[in-house]
Amino acid sequence: MPPLVEMKDIYKIYHMGDTEIHALDGISLTIEKGEFVAIVGQSGSGKSTCMNIIGCLDVPTRGTYRLNGKDISKYSDDELAMVRNKMLGFIFQQYNLLPKLTVEENVALPLLYGGYSDREQKIRAHAALKKVGLDSKAKNLPTQLSGGQQQRVSIARALAGDPSVILADEPTGALDSRTGREVMTFLRNLHKEGNTIVLITHDNSIAAQAKRIVRITDGRIVYDGPAEGDKIVAMQDRAGEDEA
Amino acid sequence: MGIGKCFTMALSSILSSKMRSFLTMLGIIIGIMAVIVLVSLMNGLTGQVTDTFQEMGTTSINVMVMDRSATRELEPDEAFEFVDENKDYISNVSPTVSTSAELKASGYDDTITASSATGVAETYAEMKQLNVTQGRFIQYIDVDREQRVCVIGTYEAQELFGGNAVGEQIKINGQLFKVVGVLEETEDSTSGSADDVVYIPYTTAAKMNGTSTISSYLFTAVDEDSVTTATALLEDLLLRKIGDEDYYTVTDMLSMIDSMTEMLDLMETILVAIAGISLLVGGIGIMNIMLVSVTERTREIGIRKSLGARQIHIMSQFVIEAGVISCIGGVIGIILGIIFSAIGGSLLDINAAPSVGAIAISFTISAGIGVAFGFLPAKKAAKLNPIDALRYD
Repeated sequence: MPPLVEMKDIYKIYHMGDTEIHALDGISLTIEKGEFVAIVGQSGSGKSTCMNIIGCLDVPTRGTYRLNGKDISKYSDDELAMVRNKMLGFIFQQYNLLPKLTVEENVALPLLYGGYSDREQKIRAHAALKKVGLDSKAKNLPTQLSGGQQQRVSIARALAGDPSVILADEPTGALDSRTGREVMTFLRNLHKEGNTIVLITHDNSIAAQAKRIVRITDGRIVYDGPAEGDKIVAMQDRAGEDEA
Repeated sequence: MGIGKCFTMALSSILSSKMRSFLTMLGIIIGIMAVIVLVSLMNGLTGQVTDTFQEMGTTSINVMVMDRSATRELEPDEAFEFVDENKDYISNVSPTVSTSAELKASGYDDTITASSATGVAETYAEMKQLNVTQGRFIQYIDVDREQRVCVIGTYEAQELFGGNAVGEQIKINGQLFKVVGVLEETEDSTSGSADDVVYIPYTTAAKMNGTSTISSYLFTAVDEDSVTTATALLEDLLLRKIGDEDYYTVTDMLSMIDSMTEMLDLMETILVAIAGISLLVGGIGIMNIMLVSVTERTREIGIRKSLGARQIHIMSQFVIEAGVISCIGGVIGIILGIIFSAIGGSLLDINAAPSVGAIAISFTISAGIGVAFGFLPAKKAAKLNPIDALRYD
């Protein structure tokens, strides 16, 4: 069985006038099913670009990216949309819920685009909401919920389509530390249930909660291994300085 | 994604900003309303004009001879003979001699000025389907002997004699005429209506006018299909008799109705085209708002795309939204159009109801405008890069 995520020599190059900016400078990364990986890096390190490519929001300039064994490097806009819909669940820093839709409709959104019937959308959305303990809020608008609750709704949305990979982009960034810890506990539980989770963060103390850490600096991977082996994580007291 | 879901999404989006949606619709509302009102009023007008002409008889053919020197003419006997020879196409003829007349009832004080008396033959009543309710119509003997008898309409009967007029005497331009018949009331017995008529024998009328020649005839074709042939036959006859096309005219009512309708249709087209410009402006208004809407909702589009919305999903969302706005505007415009047509129709005293076809076309156009002008903004939305859209604040 092929690895879930397989990136080989990925380059992402932007052109700013005459100068080339190598956002990703030859990254190779493999993630197996059931892993809990944190991609750590400072702002500007290329970790967001890396996430965009793993999340099929962007395609690499060079290199091959296989998701579930399929090379998606040359996929079109619509094909990428379908891959995102079926294989990926996103959790964003700003929750990114649609304010005019109810909690239930927000959770059902990927199912709507996935072509599920109305009934199935409802059943699956409710199941996902139950998992995050918010099925009682199904008919509420996102703005009627607290930040932590909204983030749980967005986790439910990410889970609803039963994706292969859950991508969490700074999931605790907009939350206070207590709710942030709750969300992290939640992600750890999801991992225990067998989900593959890729966490993108600049915060070493958050990254330390993953099993494996991939550290990116200047578009290159400088460390890839178990959380315990990462020197910087080991010196967590200096974590705050990572903020750019 | 079901089409029904698209519509509910569009509706909730429209309802979430009611004022803006209404203002966006306004252009379409006004445009559709203007089109409906104009089409209805023009239809009413055309209908009325056609009715008026049809009352005069669609099989009528008027012949005018304009040679005043009277060296070349069409004599009544020749006209009657011609009808006999062409029974297949032409059913009847009557000379018509118009005289302006001042009417005065003998022994009464009432005077009607500015009326007219028409000299006709005995055939005229049948040709025009005139019914005599009291007395009789002009007869051959009246024509033959240039009798001073007349048949009057109910307006004259009411005004001059208070109703019962047969046997009474009437002064036409100072000459005494005997009323031998009163026609059936066809309108409302007012001055200038179809009930304001005086018929006298054409021979008498010609004598009153001081000319012995008859310059105008009314022919009737056997039926509407024979009108063209009958007209051709008459043209042929007149060319033989008069010799010069410039000295006579043959006008049949059908082609007059046709050219009249054609003219009114042209007028309608021009007016509707002008009203159509406001529809175009309305469409541009929709496009403008949709473009603003796409910019405002960039983040929403980004979220939807990241969750797997394909271009077609985003496009149909915006196109349907524009279409729904435009259709609602169209429906409001149609309703207002029907109301204003009814008001305008009653003010102008014409039957101005919009046809089902006009309503259907207006609705289709408004839907079409929404879709057409929503297309560009929708395309723009669908093409947004999800990363840029997600970063947008």
